[in-house]
This record gives sequence, structure tokens and C-alpha cells, in this order.
Amino acid sequence: MAALGSPARTWRGLLRELRYLNAATGRPYRDTAAYRYLVKAFRAHRVTSEKLCRAQHELHFQAATYLCLLRSIRAHVALHQEFHGKGERSVEESAGLVGLKLPQQPGGKGWEP
Amino acid sequence: MVVSQSFRSPPTSCLSGSGRNCAGWPPPSRPPDRQGPPAACLTCHLRGPRWHAEVGHLRAAGPERKRFYQNVSIAQGEGGFEINLDHRKLRTPGAKIFTVPSEALAVAVATEWDSQQDTIRPYTMHLTTLCNTALDNPTQRDKDQLIRAAVKFLDTDTICYRVEEPEALAELQRREWDPVAEWAERRYSVEIGSSTSILGPSIPARTREVLASHLASYSMWALQGIEFVVTQLKSIVLTLGLLDRHLTVEQAVLLSRLEEEYQIQKWGSIEWAHDYERQELRARTAAGTLFVHLCSESTTVKHKLLQASG
Repeated sequence: MAALGSPARTWRGLLRELRYLNAATGRPYRDTAAYRYLVKAFRAHRVTSEKLCRAQHELHFQAATYLCLLRSIRAHVALHQEFHGKGERSVEESAGLVGLKLPQQPGGKGWEP
Repeated sequence: MVVSQSFRSPPTSCLSGSGRNCAGWPPPSRPPDRQGPPAACLTCHLRGPRWHAEVGHLRAAGPERKRFYQNVSIAQGEGGFEINLDHRKLRTPGAKIFTVPSEALAVAVATEWDSQQDTIRPYTMHLTTLCNTALDNPTQRDKDQLIRAAVKFLDTDTICYRVEEPEALAELQRREWDPVAEWAERRYSVEIGSSTSILGPSIPARTREVLASHLASYSMWALQGIEFVVTQLKSIVLTLGLLDRHLTVEQAVLLSRLEEEYQIQKWGSIEWAHDYERQELRARTAAGTLFVHLCSESTTVKHKLLQASG
């Protein structure tokens, strides 16, 4: 079975992602259907005294998968906007991407000593 | 306000001003009783014939559409859970009403729609895409074909192809992939094996049969998701690890990209290529895995009886 860490950690991660999602609309994340559903699900599968509770592990796996989904989409969108969403780059920007810098011409472009 | 006649009778073809078909879907045959623009465009369906005739297609044809709704809600319909965008029912590209079998899936899809900011970005809505695929079944494949397509990946499974050099990578592959392959062999009592030859490993016919009959126990919806995950990870063994909750999504993606991760360690990481692909693969794999689990579970909450203490 996959090692998932503690459920509380996953729960906190999910809340964090929900906050990011609702930052755009401006509504508090506690009003969303997703928050209500997650609270209900986490409550229904609260820690039992069993060493290994199958239903609880299943829920935790789903929660961790959902957390991974939200996190990766946020990271992917950020990278997409940073690098792929703006059309063609200028020569300076392209050079900067690979760690290079265009030479400075003291008298402007085409200047010869 | 005067509404001209042309708005009441929608055009029969779905062409935008540029002369191209606006959404790229082939317009499927519509039931004759429904009035409205052709089925090819989701936005026009949601906004109605007038919008379609007026501005719809010019805007909808662009890569990103404006967010045209305020509230997203979930309703319980006849066949399952439906999504409403401001009192309008969400429809698939094939003009079917968007209906999903599980509440959790509906909540997740509604969250996707609700989290779109100013523009709708379909590339961030993997669960919606998967549901659309399952509802419309655009490739018109049946269960057997889906299973065959998934099992076919066993011949070219990522974790069965090994390299001989460089030695460090070969050692890494042995260390990381062998435990997963052994787990799968034990779990399904089959023989998978690995190979360094270009022809790949010779998989016994029995392995194929066992895995195909295991996959046959999943529903049509779940199989669409399974095939999606298999094609993302390029490995049916890793997919089985995810389905059985043996691996987390992060682990499965790492194992699927093992050689790339090795090269990154050696030569350095490039954010706009390596990180971008890793995050995209993670998002897609997580969406597929969640989709399969939510479609195939039967939620029964058994409350544990409190035992008398003392």
C-alpha cells in the first residue's frame, strides 16, 4: 500500500488548494460544494481504532489523488502562463531563457568604433 | 428590443466568420425535437440560438472563451448528477446532457467549472474532459476494444524495457522498477518479466488473459479512465499499481519518467520543459486515477458501533 502520510496533512493541503481556487471569485471557500463534500467525507471516515481501516485508506488515497490533481493543475497553469501563454519572445528574452545575455553596444545598435 | 428574424431561426451550418468549423467536433446528428444551433459548439448550446447567430461563433472559435456564468450548482437528475451553470444545464460536445454517476465526481467537475477565472481554460479541466469522453464515446469503441487497447500496452510497457548502459541508469531501473514488477506478478499471479532487447519482453499469453479478465470487471466509464491513464504513463503495470492504491500518483509519474529524471539529475532541469511536462503528466494521471476510483466505487458508509468500554 502506498505511503500517504498523515490524513491531517492531506486535509490541510486540500484546504490550501481550495483557498487558491476561490481567491479568483472572491467568495469564501467554506461556501463551496467541494468544501462541504470534503468535510462530510472526512468526518464520516474519521480515525477508527483499527490499525488498518480499509475504507479510511481508500478515502485518504482519493483525497491525496485529488490534492495532487489540484496542485499539479495550479503549477501547470503557472508554468503555462509564464512560458507558453504569450506568443513569441523577443531576442533578449530568448537569450535569457538559456542563461545568455546580448552584448551591450555603447553607441547603440550598429555602432562601430 | 427588436429581435430580427435571423436570430429566431438559427443557421444550419456551424461556420464562423473565418469560414472554419468553429469547435472542431464533427456535428453529430441531433434529435429532431430540439431547437437550437448545431451540436458542434458547447457555448452556443448553453447560450442559445440568438447568441450563436450574433457573436457566439466568432468568440467561441478562439482558444479561450469568456466565463459566461456566475454560479455553478449540482442537481440530481434521472440518470445521476447534473451540473447547472446559471440554470442552464451543462452539455457535452455531443449535445448530451452532462450526467455523472457519482456525487463526488459531480462535485469535482463543478469545482473545475467554478474555479475558471475570467476565461474558460479547457486544458485545466481534465475531469470534465474525461466525463465528456465517457458520455459521448467519440471513438465509438466498446468494452472489448478498450480492454484490448489497454492490454496492448503490455508489449511495450515502460517498466519492462531496460537499458544496459549507462550502468548507473541500468542500476536505477533495476532498483526502482523491479519492486513494482514483482508486486504486480505477485498480486495477479502472472509472469511479466523484463528485457533489454529492442524486441521487448516475451509476455506469456496467460498474463494477457488474466489482466484482460481483471479489467473486464470494471465498468465502461472506469475503462475509459483506465485507458487514459495507461496512455499517459505508457505502462499498464504502473496503472494497475495506481488502481490498487499500491503507488501514489507522484510515485507512478516518477517511475514512468525515470530515464528523464536521471537525465535531469545529470544535465540539469529546464523549468519550461521538464517541470511543465511533469506537472501536466501528474495532473492528467491524477485526474484519470480519481475518475476510475470515483466511477467504480460503491459508497457504503458503515458506522462503527461503539463498543461498550470497560
